Amino acid sequence: MKKLINAAESLVDDALAGMAAAHPALRVRERVVLRAEGPLPGKVGLVSGGGSGHEPLHAGFVGYGMLDAACPGEVFTSPVPDQVMEATRAVDGGAGVLHVVKNYTGDVLNFEMAAELCDDVTVASVLVEDDVAVQDSLYTAGRRGTGATVFVEKIAGALAEEGAPLAEVARVAEETGRRSRSFGIALTSCTTPAAGRPTFDLPAGEVELGIGIHGEPGRTRAPFAPAGELAAVAMDAIHGDLPLEGDLLVMVNGMGGTPLLELYVVFAEVEACARGKGARVARSLVGNYVTSLDMQGFSVTVCRLDDELTRLWDAPVETPALRWGR
Amino acid sequence: MGAGTGAGTGAGGGGGLDAAFFVAWLEEAAGEIARQRDRLTELDAAIGDADHGTNLDRGFSEVLRTLRETPPASPAQALMAAGATLIRRVGGASGPLYGSAFRQMGKTLDGGEAPRPSVTPAELAEAFSAGVVAVERLGKAAAGDKTMIDALAPASRALSHAVRDGLEVREALTRAARAAADGARATVPMTARRGRASYLGERSVGHEDPGAASSALIVTALATAASRTAAG
Repeated sequence: MKKLINAAESLVDDALAGMAAAHPALRVRERVVLRAEGPLPGKVGLVSGGGSGHEPLHAGFVGYGMLDAACPGEVFTSPVPDQVMEATRAVDGGAGVLHVVKNYTGDVLNFEMAAELCDDVTVASVLVEDDVAVQDSLYTAGRRGTGATVFVEKIAGALAEEGAPLAEVARVAEETGRRSRSFGIALTSCTTPAAGRPTFDLPAGEVELGIGIHGEPGRTRAPFAPAGELAAVAMDAIHGDLPLEGDLLVMVNGMGGTPLLELYVVFAEVEACARGKGARVARSLVGNYVTSLDMQGFSVTVCRLDDELTRLWDAPVETPALRWGR
Repeated sequence: MGAGTGAGTGAGGGGGLDAAFFVAWLEEAAGEIARQRDRLTELDAAIGDADHGTNLDRGFSEVLRTLRETPPASPAQALMAAGATLIRRVGGASGPLYGSAFRQMGKTLDGGEAPRPSVTPAELAEAFSAGVVAVERLGKAAAGDKTMIDALAPASRALSHAVRDGLEVREALTRAARAAADGARATVPMTARRGRASYLGERSVGHEDPGAASSALIVTALATAASRTAAG
């Protein structure tokens, strides 16, 4: 294993030290990443968090128009309640705090515990569960939260920045989640620094369909195929769950080890697929936003936009990983 | 690691289980998790995300430190301290689940205003059962879902039966440990329905559940602690 680390045990803290040094607009306190300007009176605070290894999610989305705080856990391990409590109290400007939680047993439990213990702050919570590869919530832990987290954080963050009350911010976050779906495909596994070798073996001629974002294998394997065919698999899976129509916000997301050149190849195919189904890609994002360490592969996330969501997506944002309009 | 609990403590004598016995349990559990760290992580790599051993080892090392820094005066204190530390340090699902189990056990054994220096095997069985219920409730998992519960629930039943039948505590805990180990092995052919392995559906079949495996280690440590402290 060759990784740019000092030691697996210090990886998360070393990286956070780098983030703090690189981005003066952020303040890193222990394992909490905050906006340096502190809590904004009367503004709803947005807190998210999850395991590390998905960068830029979540700390890269802390800043104007998006998150107020992020709580990074160990690699692929949800943060602990203490972190979430500290973040929640630190960003409360008196208007309450929205927790954006990806649907994983660990994330849900730790955020719930923190919310219960923060009884001095009004906390609302939105669960992101957009991964169509998980089909049956009766026999699983439910759909995973993946790419739609970026949309929820951006859109709800924009509304919070306008001064909307907590109930409204929570409503638009829910609405964004309801209108969003994702599907991911891996060409390789990833290597967690603690384990030191790939999480699963994937033969050269095969891909994993329906992966999550923790290097866990997908539901099935399929023969390796050209980008057009793989993009169609992802789009068909999404379309089968939420028919593609009207204006779409589409993210083609790299899993960490895929060149941007290839992601644009995928995006061209995804756009053609959407058009073929009678929908229009009105807004787009291509790049590495919700990664799985060094995994090669991509995910597609689609959100069926309405006027409100489009306006909030277009609103100014200034974070390490997303910035426009300001 | 040495017993370090002094004479006349533990699970021996008149059947009272004191703070030293519970500290010994947590020490044995921490030692076994450290030794089996890589095996747990490998089990997790097959059907999860390859960090179960690393996370539990970090948490239980911290539990040992907490117990050394603030030696507990009662079984309840030992268990509550362990639970709080696991919740604070492990993260993931296993931190809140194991943490809540230990805390619930501690609450069940708490004497309220007067700390109780020791508890009976029947009270241990009752507390263990309450801890398992806490895990079921929090994790929304039932037997057969391929989770920690598949090791913990049979262990709890075996312990309760053995205590009710009047077996001495070492034998009762040995039976609980055997039931936990059997339960963990029985997860191999199961299809996961809760936790991260559930995303794999049928592909989770053929692998032992890492949570059930670590639960079996923790229950086995209970039996080991009983032998160790009784001998001291």
